[in-house]
Amino acid sequence: MDFLLRFRNALFLIAILLAQALALAVQVRKPVDATRQDSGSVRLIRMWTTGVIAPFERGAHAIGWGLRHGWSNYIDLRHVRQQNADLQQQITRMRMQEAAISEDALEGRRLQALLAFKEKYVASTVAAQVIGSSGSDLSHVLTIDKGSRSGIKVDQAVITPDGIVGKVRDVFPDTAEVLEINDQTSGAGVVLANTRIRAILRGTAAGRAQIGNLTADSRIKVGEPVVTSGGDQVYPRGLAVGTVESIAPDPDRQPYTAIVVHPAVDLNRVEEVLVITGMQPDLPADAQQDLAAAQSQHAADMSAERLPGLHDIDPQAANGANATPKPPTVPGAVPVLAIPHPTPVLHTDRYTVGATPPASQLTPGAPVVPQAPPAGAEQQPLHRANPMKDSAQPDATQ
Amino acid sequence: MATRSYMSRREVEQQNFSLPVALFVPLAALLLQMLLPRLSPRFAILDLPLIITLFFAISRRAPIAGTLTGATIGLLQDALSSTPIGVNGMAKSLIGYTAASLGSRIDVDNTATRTLLTFGFTLLQSVLIYLIERRLLGLSDFHMLWLHELLRAVVNTVVALPIYLSLNRTRKQL
Repeated sequence: MDFLLRFRNALFLIAILLAQALALAVQVRKPVDATRQDSGSVRLIRMWTTGVIAPFERGAHAIGWGLRHGWSNYIDLRHVRQQNADLQQQITRMRMQEAAISEDALEGRRLQALLAFKEKYVASTVAAQVIGSSGSDLSHVLTIDKGSRSGIKVDQAVITPDGIVGKVRDVFPDTAEVLEINDQTSGAGVVLANTRIRAILRGTAAGRAQIGNLTADSRIKVGEPVVTSGGDQVYPRGLAVGTVESIAPDPDRQPYTAIVVHPAVDLNRVEEVLVITGMQPDLPADAQQDLAAAQSQHAADMSAERLPGLHDIDPQAANGANATPKPPTVPGAVPVLAIPHPTPVLHTDRYTVGATPPASQLTPGAPVVPQAPPAGAEQQPLHRANPMKDSAQPDATQ
Repeated sequence: MATRSYMSRREVEQQNFSLPVALFVPLAALLLQMLLPRLSPRFAILDLPLIITLFFAISRRAPIAGTLTGATIGLLQDALSSTPIGVNGMAKSLIGYTAASLGSRIDVDNTATRTLLTFGFTLLQSVLIYLIERRLLGLSDFHMLWLHELLRAVVNTVVALPIYLSLNRTRKQL
């Protein structure tokens, strides 16, 4: 009894340490798998703790959000009209680009169908706001304000328009914890976009995302984009991960190379995220509509290029100068950026645009002498003079 | 006849805190620890829960209370992060116990002593977490940047001193 009283402090410490060591032993079983899901009791502890802290986090986040965005959302709206016009132009440009690549996409889908390749597309997402973090640089976890009541489940991918952020680690009724890709226990299947080399992306102690399972390869260059491979069954294929920031031999694991990836998303300043809650084998309906519209737009543009008489000719374009897009005169009107111009010809005749002198200079009864062809006509590649040959290709693909 | 009670030096200098202070100061530290890195990632170098653990342990000068304070704050910190529950709990339990034991033996109200203690215990916590992760859990992939840990100890020591001074006003002398 005296022994217990005399050493009660040390015995109490030992008891507390033993209890926690046992708790750790229950959580981490051999073989060690840091990405394994928590057991029910551990999840319960995390849920209670988050339940206590989350309301304060929400309150603090709401105050901070109001202070930061109050000015920009309600007061500083001077340049919104101009920004809106710029964005409209940007959308038009992007639709043109989309039309240009739609044929490649269709060809890719046909090839995938031939190979019975099962592609999956994002079907549904849930937008969420980041309300907190783990608060330690040894652990990179975000708390978001949506949980199981919003349809979020464990292991769902979390992204932003710039790229991937991480995956859902724990889900509670109104909140969820997101494990960022730079956490030490995180992992993601990736592909180096140019070299098509598959790899595994992991977090490091310094909070960086790193590929560590590749040997030295001279084809891998700094700046090469890295995208998700889809092989981990968490992240859909083809989402931006980042770019290769540095390549160096890994001193701890020879002969492997430590390829540090600069994340496409600024993981320290993520405020809003999308949680991918559903996938489907086909493109979503709105994306299919966009693709069809882009295809028809692209076909119309191709026809317009080959039928110069159907459209007004821009004098600058007719003279061979670079045509510059004009801003829309009516607010809200979508500007026409790609102005069709007649295909330059190799051999001019009297029907060629610009070859005939104006009527004021003609003498009745005198023979008509064709003028010199427009500048640049001779420099065009030969296949441009044969529109029928070119126009057959897109028709065949459709 | 007047009654006399005999108290040890530890009991004489032992300080107590009101229940709201004992409850809300650690909670506020945890909350700030989660929110500050959202403002700037550089704030992640702070360890406010450790500073609060040290303050309560040193002030109370009771090893059991220090152990309990450290264990509670550490376990809450674990529950809010991706680490297994018990890593920070064990480290902070040991720190709470050791700080309280030292507090009953040396003059911890001196600023220089507090500075040294905070610096030393911050480094000790880094070592303990490293040992728990690497040896106890067998996570061979777990790494620690020791220069960064040294910087963390310096930063936390600098931040801890004004916090100690402001929290000194909340204590009740027995």
